[in-house]
Amino acid sequence: MSTEALSAVSNQVMWNRLISVVEEQAQTLVRTAFSTSVREAGDLSAGVYDLDGNMLAQAVTGTPGHVNAMAESVKHFMREIGTDNMFDGDVYITNDPWMGTGHLHDITVVSPSFFKGKMVGYFACTAHVVDIGGRGFGADANSVYEEGLCIPIMKFAERGAVDMGLVKIVRNNVREADQVVGDIYALAACNEIGHRRLVEMLEEFGLETLEPIAEFILENSYRATVERIAALPRKSVTNDMTIDGYSEPIRLCVRLDIEEDHIRADFSGTSGIDKKAINVPHVYTMAYACYALKCAIAPEIPNNAASLSPFRISAPEGSILNAEHPAPVALRHVIGHMIPDTVLGALHDILPGTVPAEGAGSLCNFQLSIRPQSGGNAPADARRAEVLMFNCGGSGARPSLDGMNATAFPSGVMTMPIEATEHTGPVIIWRKELRPDSGGAGKFRGGLGQYMEIGTTEGHEFDFSAMFDRVRHPARGREGGLEGGATRFELDDGTVMRGKGKQAIPPGRIAFLALPGGAGYGDPKERDPDLIARDVAGGYISADAAERDYGYKAKS
Amino acid sequence: MSDPKVRLGVDIGGTFTDVVLEHHGALTTVKVLTTYDAPERAILDGIGQVCTQAEVDASKISSIIHGTTLATNALIERNGAKTALITTKGFRDVIEMRTESRFEQYDLNLKLPDALIDREHRYVLDERMGASGQVLKALKPAEVEALAEEIKAGGYESLAIGLIHSYLNPAHEIMVRDIFAKALPNVTLSLSSEVSPQMREYERFNTVCANAYVKPRMRAYLTRLTEKLAGIGISAPVFLMHSGGGIISLDSASEFPVRLVESGPAGGAIFAAHVAAKYGLDKVLSFDMGGTTAKICLIKAQNPKTARVFEVARTYRFKKGSGMPISIPVIEMVEIGAGGGSLASVDAMRQIRVGPESAGSEPGPACYDRGGERPAVTDADLVLGRLDPDNFAGGTIQLSSSASERALDAHVGQVLQLDTTTAAFGVSEVVDENMANAARVHAVESGEDLSGYVMIAFGGAAPLHAGRLCEKLGIRQMLVPPGAGVGSAIGFLKAPFSFEATRSVYTRLTEFSPPQVKEVLAELKAEAGDFVRSCVADAPVHYEFRAYMRYVGQGWEIPVDLAEDEADAPTAERYQAQFEAAYANLFGRIVDGLDIEITSWAVKGSTAVPQPEKVSVATAGTAARADGARRLFDPASGRFVDARTVERDAFEPGQTMDGPALITERETSIIVPAGFQASMQSDGCLLVTQTTPARAVEPSQMERSA
Repeated sequence: MSTEALSAVSNQVMWNRLISVVEEQAQTLVRTAFSTSVREAGDLSAGVYDLDGNMLAQAVTGTPGHVNAMAESVKHFMREIGTDNMFDGDVYITNDPWMGTGHLHDITVVSPSFFKGKMVGYFACTAHVVDIGGRGFGADANSVYEEGLCIPIMKFAERGAVDMGLVKIVRNNVREADQVVGDIYALAACNEIGHRRLVEMLEEFGLETLEPIAEFILENSYRATVERIAALPRKSVTNDMTIDGYSEPIRLCVRLDIEEDHIRADFSGTSGIDKKAINVPHVYTMAYACYALKCAIAPEIPNNAASLSPFRISAPEGSILNAEHPAPVALRHVIGHMIPDTVLGALHDILPGTVPAEGAGSLCNFQLSIRPQSGGNAPADARRAEVLMFNCGGSGARPSLDGMNATAFPSGVMTMPIEATEHTGPVIIWRKELRPDSGGAGKFRGGLGQYMEIGTTEGHEFDFSAMFDRVRHPARGREGGLEGGATRFELDDGTVMRGKGKQAIPPGRIAFLALPGGAGYGDPKERDPDLIARDVAGGYISADAAERDYGYKAKS
Repeated sequence: MSDPKVRLGVDIGGTFTDVVLEHHGALTTVKVLTTYDAPERAILDGIGQVCTQAEVDASKISSIIHGTTLATNALIERNGAKTALITTKGFRDVIEMRTESRFEQYDLNLKLPDALIDREHRYVLDERMGASGQVLKALKPAEVEALAEEIKAGGYESLAIGLIHSYLNPAHEIMVRDIFAKALPNVTLSLSSEVSPQMREYERFNTVCANAYVKPRMRAYLTRLTEKLAGIGISAPVFLMHSGGGIISLDSASEFPVRLVESGPAGGAIFAAHVAAKYGLDKVLSFDMGGTTAKICLIKAQNPKTARVFEVARTYRFKKGSGMPISIPVIEMVEIGAGGGSLASVDAMRQIRVGPESAGSEPGPACYDRGGERPAVTDADLVLGRLDPDNFAGGTIQLSSSASERALDAHVGQVLQLDTTTAAFGVSEVVDENMANAARVHAVESGEDLSGYVMIAFGGAAPLHAGRLCEKLGIRQMLVPPGAGVGSAIGFLKAPFSFEATRSVYTRLTEFSPPQVKEVLAELKAEAGDFVRSCVADAPVHYEFRAYMRYVGQGWEIPVDLAEDEADAPTAERYQAQFEAAYANLFGRIVDGLDIEITSWAVKGSTAVPQPEKVSVATAGTAARADGARRLFDPASGRFVDARTVERDAFEPGQTMDGPALITERETSIIVPAGFQASMQSDGCLLVTQTTPARAVEPSQMERSA
């Protein structure tokens, strides 16, 4: 057998191995992290890079938002630190939203990897920490300065020695110091595990550098992606979507141009920067636009510098999708998670029968700040607690499948068990179950949203930091499908609450949430009657809705 | 009269039912086809055959240890009992909403698995326990009685009862059971606080649903089996292998049949642990590769590691998250879609992919010539000279090399412009790498470094790939035991009577209460002991204590083993020291200044198993006589070499053979790569040792002790 043929086989093996190395890197982070967002919800990312800062492999975690945000990030580190100033045992850090992954709560850590005394590449990872100081996680800041501590790109450790000054600064600026510092250490540990596995691989295959395998990976990924793009009709298409925003509705506009070897997605026409913290740095826009295009066009090609490069994303400066410093950006996900539905809606004109109807879009997160009730009559064991929950509405119906009930799309993070949540503070989740009739009717039905009811144990009151959209702009159906149920947020006494921002909940009151449903696909009249009967039997739709939306009468 | 030295092991697998008779130290084995409509038929048939072969009267059998995939299959095929779930109002959809996430990020047409119990069969009660076990909303008996009427009308065979925070306070679940037991005497009941008393409602509810779902069928089957056995004069007690690697009584198994899930693979791990004990090995990687999957398990100190939650019935390429979580004590292993029948293809990136799709037994790999057109791992093995086309399965199946070559050319070679051999090598390398990656990740998750481990390989396809896997993992020695094809059933006979009792009780070390801890552990010890003594009334029971601990704020606990005196006289200081040692071992460094919490507790009670006779390793000896030669592809050098062959039966203890060599047996062949040497041991195990290391590695355990 020729050496070429042999190396073709070992390149195949090494590519697999690198993907397994970054998965291991990510697993280490999940196991050692403190923040619920990382360890329960999987809001993290990990990858390996060559000496030019090209991402070679990335762990498939819960966050498409980190996809190429992190890829760009390593190049910033190379520039800011300087490759001459990099040593074995170094660990670099930042949470600058414009250098990392879009808000201060994401900390990115990069470590150079040395083999036989020479640098061979980098490992990077990102995780969402529980607190970063400032106003706390929420929509209400007026600039990034109010959102917390910003760590510029700098060394967390040099030649293995941690910068204790930085650790002190972090400790003195965040609410949950142990958890945040613990998470930074977990990020450093996860890069270290990646590095160890990489060294083993280089030894096993007798390589001195990553160059040969990098070339193989990037070439094959690029070719495969471009082949997919070339098979598409050369067309230009547009779509727009209006959503709630903070106080004013926001319009997201996209134009896609399919060229022979690339796709351009441009967001001209999109609303300008908002006064409140729902603005999106460009890196995050790129990530979610790329994600949508990859899902529809090249889902099985792994993420790396080359497979992402044919997707060219732009948004006008000063728009909400390219917000510049010092715009507040803490909740960039609420708008950013709407980008995929906007992009997929445009793609529908090019790839009919491929993309789903619109869904809930953004995760329906909230943070509670619980404290003993004021007025001095709180019980002795009353206490303070910060409780963050991730919850999901329904996804849009697909061309040949119903939408998924209470399942995140585009985000891939997980919810937390309510039994675990109730151990983190004096909170009681009285209800968390599917919301009948919230899935948009169609030949294929949208996924159902969910109902939640949230209170506390006796003697507490709390602030509710809401991060919801689709109150006034529910998910829209496709090809005749109807819209999904809109978000509702009220108290048990009927008080209607705002979809975004921190709001006080008086002692004894229960917050009631109806999270949004996904929209339907196709004419409801064409729905298989057996499926309607099943939906009625299971209570996914009421008999009334079956008759109203589907013209279906239950047999009595 | 039964003879205590005659025992029977029975493993019902997907294709075959394996029956192993142990009589005065000798083993006789039989494989018969599984009879799905009435699984006991195959068992009776197998017993008849094995007794005839061994010339032992069936009435001499003193005990039967049984493992089965029937519970697993019922969950995969969804053909269990008509079951309802009774749960807390507001939480009707916990088992359907899962983790609210997608296990595959880029598939727009992802289909989530259906909940085990459909929504119309999920009922709620207006009650609620709090996170400290306090009653937030009391359950009213009248509501339960009214629900019983509704359930009666629904015609259910089985009920799962899962209420929020019942692992802390089961009072409401017990009240439901007491009322239902009177009102619905013919319906089987399962309580989540008994089946799986652990925090996290999704896992606990799913587990109690699975238990309820398989309970009526398993109970009926076990009753039929004992009746049929009595019919042929066997009055021996029947014990069941459970997923945690121990044996429980028939009654326990009928009550908690979900514990039988994955009992076959657990038997395999016990088999490997038994071989490890014979050789005094403390670090073993058990590698079981069959037709569709490979199972990899780490065995330290001759004790397979157990975990508390695993997934059955994965619906999407064996992908994590696509199955049902079951939280019961289970031997921790990874199972991936890599077997002899796994099919190869080339994807859009021009990467070779192998599995998890399998050719199965029909049509089988292309070389079976039964209409299979796509190349399987077995086809690659044939082209690379690892199998003898004329002597496969003892010569009962004639393999077609040309069919293998055609399939490999068409689906791999032509796509990638590779010649047939390179294509076959690519397929083989990819499947080996997949298994090696699974082993590496598993080792990391367990905080282990595999160099210095010894591999124990069994299952039909394992000996063909074990050598290469060793090279990839830096493992220098492997053992291939005899009887490898019925390893699980042999393992059943080596398993202890054991039961692990678990409970979630939150304790922070800063608020540590020694009396409370002592009480929890004492209760668990009593519970585990009672189960074991229900099998053997008078045997001494050995207890293992474990706390699951983490830093406050972390989400993943690590298991921390506790000595018996730490259970009897617990102190916060010693628990902290134990935790920090375990944490540093796993993740490199401890985190200073944080409080530590214990989330749950486990006590395992087990009987002692007779220690096998130690085998002294023989590596130097006379060279065995080769009976032929074959062209064998050598992956390390990338070319064909001349390999000597010898039949396993003709290879005598004390003899050796240097690689490249093939040791042939009826069901499979053992590949001895170049640079390795095989030596036959006195117990029939074949030891394969690396003689010229590819890279510097530490001496293995056997070399150190030698």
